[in-house]
Amino acid sequence: MEKGTEKAWDVCKDLTDPELPFLTLDDLGVIREIKRNDKNHVVTIAPTYIGCPAISVIEEKIASELKKIGISAIIEKSFSPPWSSDWISENGRKKMEEFGISPPHPRKADTIGDSLLKDVKCPQCTSYRTEKVSEFGSTACKSLYRCLDCEEPFDHFKCV
Amino acid sequence: MKSNMADMVFEGLLRIADDNLILGHRTSEWCGHAPTLEEDLALPNIALDLIGHAQTLYCLACEINSRYKNEDQLAFLRLEHEYKNLLLVEQENGDFGNTVLRLFYFSTFMKYFWERVKIKCCFKKLKEFSEKAFLETSYHSKYASQWVITLGDGTDESNLKMSNAIANLEPFLGELFNNDDFTEMCSQNDFLPEPTSIFDSWKNEVEAILQKGNLDFPDIILKKRGGRKGEHSEAFGYLLSDLQYMQRAYPNSSW
Repeated sequence: MEKGTEKAWDVCKDLTDPELPFLTLDDLGVIREIKRNDKNHVVTIAPTYIGCPAISVIEEKIASELKKIGISAIIEKSFSPPWSSDWISENGRKKMEEFGISPPHPRKADTIGDSLLKDVKCPQCTSYRTEKVSEFGSTACKSLYRCLDCEEPFDHFKCV
Repeated sequence: MKSNMADMVFEGLLRIADDNLILGHRTSEWCGHAPTLEEDLALPNIALDLIGHAQTLYCLACEINSRYKNEDQLAFLRLEHEYKNLLLVEQENGDFGNTVLRLFYFSTFMKYFWERVKIKCCFKKLKEFSEKAFLETSYHSKYASQWVITLGDGTDESNLKMSNAIANLEPFLGELFNNDDFTEMCSQNDFLPEPTSIFDSWKNEVEAILQKGNLDFPDIILKKRGGRKGEHSEAFGYLLSDLQYMQRAYPNSSW
């Protein structure tokens, strides 16, 4: 972190994701960098998905919360390196599970965006007897699963 | 950037952005109409990805050409002949099989396209974008390929419908791999790969998936073209009137 950006960082890290309100931007690993130039703070964020509708809300939130403490900020998007589910913190994974979303598997070089061959644990009853219902769940970043033991449907955060 | 380079980058970005916007719009037409709830979630999510790709590319294009204030102007306020998308993406959806087959053709093409941009592209921002776009288009290709196999290798009727979809889309595939003076210039300047350079990888993958679905690989020769020059098919006018309605009726409206 660059000197003099600590205050901005303290504000940004606790902001929450509008689609996963129990996770902070820090939990998700979305904030990549905060820098200062003469007039502004430049906050670089890595979108989880290019077309993620939450991104514009996140951008506005960062700018307006920083304005409240007298910081004018420019928000920049970065796609390189692309956001990875590996950047979700341990704490973030725990919170996901508590809220009924099965967290993503660690990424391997040969997998692209799925967990097809791996066991997915049911966040309700912890059974591994689960099956995929659809590649896409309630948002682009999640697939829809069903537990064969407790029969509850649940979202699984994709590995990307 | 020198002005002739800027013109080239602008036009190149428009071509890719328009393909994504128009296919995104077509795909979004399935919202509320898909055969099952799961597909009704999947298709609009893919549409969102495609439109997201278009939005980012239009933003980059606006940075280069000050004639356009923002991405909405490019997406919603151009005339028909100013859109440079392929004829393939503007055709009506047809049935579900036809929709997923087209998505499979296009996203597999884009997957290899972005893979090449990732390796070599003189425009740094596009090169960075391609890293993310490659992952997302790979996912779309995989999703669509599973349906192509499932339907092709399903019942007699689903196999027949997929065979009809192959015949229906065949005339539009030539344009996907058609080099022109512009694509040659892009390639010479290390900006974008030539469409023909993607053909072998695309063919290998598409052929293998069609084979698993007991389907025949189509003949790919240049039959219909014009989209890249702004000459579109009849279906496109209807699509645009729907797509542009809000911005035409309420100029500069925003969410």
